[in-house]
Amino acid sequence: MRHSVRLKRILTAGLLAGALSACAAEAANINGAGATFPYPIYAKWAEAYKQQTGTGMNYQSIGSGGGIKQIIAQTVDFGASDAPLSVEDLEKNGLMQFPMVMGGVVPVINVPGVNPGELKLTGALLADIYLGKIAQWNDAAIAKLNPGVKLPDQKITVVARSDGSGTTFIFTHYLSKVSPEWKEKVGNKTSVAWPTGVGGKGNEGVASYVQRIKGGIGYVEYAYALQNKMNYAMLQNRMGKFVKPDADSFKAAAANADWAGTPGFNLMLTDQPGAGSWPITGATFILMHKQQRDPATAAEALKFFDWAYRKGNKLADALHYVPMPASVVTLVEKAWAQQIRDTKGNPVWTGKLVQK
Amino acid sequence: MDGNSADAALTRQHWLDKSFYWVTASFAGLVLVLLVSILISLFVGGWQALTTFGPGFVVTDAWNPVSEEFGALVPIYGTLASSIIALAIAVPISLGIALFLTELAPDWLRRPVGTAIELLAAIPSIIYGMWGLFVFAPVLSEHVQPWLQDTFGDWAVIGALFQGPPIGIGMLPAGIILAIMIIPFIAAIMRDVFLTTPKFVKESAYAMGATTWEVVRHVVLPHTRVAVTGGIFLGLGRALGETMAVTFVIGNTHRLSVSLFEPGNSIASTLANEFTEAVGDLHTSSLIALGLVLFLITFVVLSIAKLLLMRLETKGGGRG
Repeated sequence: MRHSVRLKRILTAGLLAGALSACAAEAANINGAGATFPYPIYAKWAEAYKQQTGTGMNYQSIGSGGGIKQIIAQTVDFGASDAPLSVEDLEKNGLMQFPMVMGGVVPVINVPGVNPGELKLTGALLADIYLGKIAQWNDAAIAKLNPGVKLPDQKITVVARSDGSGTTFIFTHYLSKVSPEWKEKVGNKTSVAWPTGVGGKGNEGVASYVQRIKGGIGYVEYAYALQNKMNYAMLQNRMGKFVKPDADSFKAAAANADWAGTPGFNLMLTDQPGAGSWPITGATFILMHKQQRDPATAAEALKFFDWAYRKGNKLADALHYVPMPASVVTLVEKAWAQQIRDTKGNPVWTGKLVQK
Repeated sequence: MDGNSADAALTRQHWLDKSFYWVTASFAGLVLVLLVSILISLFVGGWQALTTFGPGFVVTDAWNPVSEEFGALVPIYGTLASSIIALAIAVPISLGIALFLTELAPDWLRRPVGTAIELLAAIPSIIYGMWGLFVFAPVLSEHVQPWLQDTFGDWAVIGALFQGPPIGIGMLPAGIILAIMIIPFIAAIMRDVFLTTPKFVKESAYAMGATTWEVVRHVVLPHTRVAVTGGIFLGLGRALGETMAVTFVIGNTHRLSVSLFEPGNSIASTLANEFTEAVGDLHTSSLIALGLVLFLITFVVLSIAKLLLMRLETKGGGRG
């Protein structure tokens, strides 16, 4: 229902804007493709931006892998990926990347008799559950962390994403950080060889499996946990504090990250320091070519991203994404000015384009 | 008409005929060209995986995108196992439907029931998948699976089939959903071929005092055996390639297990799941190679089906 309403709104807005821009002298269009995780917010931003400026942005959520392939093949103006590319990969393909927006991944559970937010888990415990080493909810290790919580004698059924996804990348990145055994046996990628459990397709697939299976545990993006009113677990962060997933704890993780000291913005926000930091937080990234054959369109794209950084926060909040902090935006725009050039070597992004 | 204009008309018609022949032939040829080019592109796309892993690709059970080890055994097993479960359920039911419609049902009932079954085939597969996950799986996990476990769980060999958590997701649910999807196909073909049994042979048997079952067993089935097998293979072909409905309920897990309750994976659902976010050339190439394996399996199955159905036609047996 919500989708169809939104779709209708996007369609009407698109038609209106289309009719308007047909009269206007120029109708610029930016094309992007990639990650599915940020699709709702990119679509929302595109709609609002088109209404304000007449410039359209088409985003196809074909997946991070597809986004990387498309931007390398230069069929789109920008690519989007949930996993940052390594500095070598960026250099090899003449690309630069920057973080656009953040989100959190939340462990969701279906344990009869346990109330939302009541269950506490550590990263190592979560890894052991996903490794299949802890298979009962009333296991001594879980009981020790949760005195006073009535844990049932119920088998744990692990649910993971069966499709490759940025959510899985962030989640397995966290497990690899907190569990050496996980790092060695399973590792970190958009899809991995899960040692146990079942696989659901997409966030909605995982959410519905967890809701259906008694004793189930899964991981979904925060918005899905919220929309489906799912039971979640608190996690212990790096400072030993148990935190609950919400916009504040995601922002705390972002605030403590060292973006300035990381070349190519190749930074994952998992297990960040800070007493209030949610440990499974991640940014999603935009990829662009450093040398632009069509600097006019590239400038339009950068203008759009600049607008999203400055004016798109409210929309991001409404959809439970976390906007990038101002300090990071300054860093990103400095990188634009330094790295993105037209064929003659002139910078595409000049501060003059900034809309105040 | 004088001779000249008649000649001209003939020549014109001759050329029209010729060009019509070539135009239609090129349309038909296009299909073959497509088939061959799909096969070639699957080979080219999967070449990296096939050369990296060699023939071991089809017998290895590893599927690890992190260490880039890929083997097709688990999806091949899942594809075949879920399809065989589907056939084991669908064939007897389809046989019953077809026999009822051709031999037993009163005339006024035949057409509506037959049409209803054909309509089942028109339901999009994703509807079957959603129904399977949200309606059928809960029933299965709360009522059917615990009963199966209690009844057969301790048996010596068969018991191994019913181990694992009764979550309503896995090989058995996938097989049952597939069975529901292929019943209309198999039943429709069986009905059509049963109708080809010459009436006088059947009536002779009835005249000699045979029961309906004896007529079916000794007259109808022997007469249509080959074509019935062909119809079953056609259903198998559809079950092998089914994607969305299976993805919803099979559990999408790359692990080999004897138990029908454990989640598994089929080739088609692996492709649907992993293609978009496959990072790295070897992963993509392995997925395309999986597609090639599925192409070959269904090609063989459908060829057998066609051959068997063709044998009925050459044998004659017009409708009596």
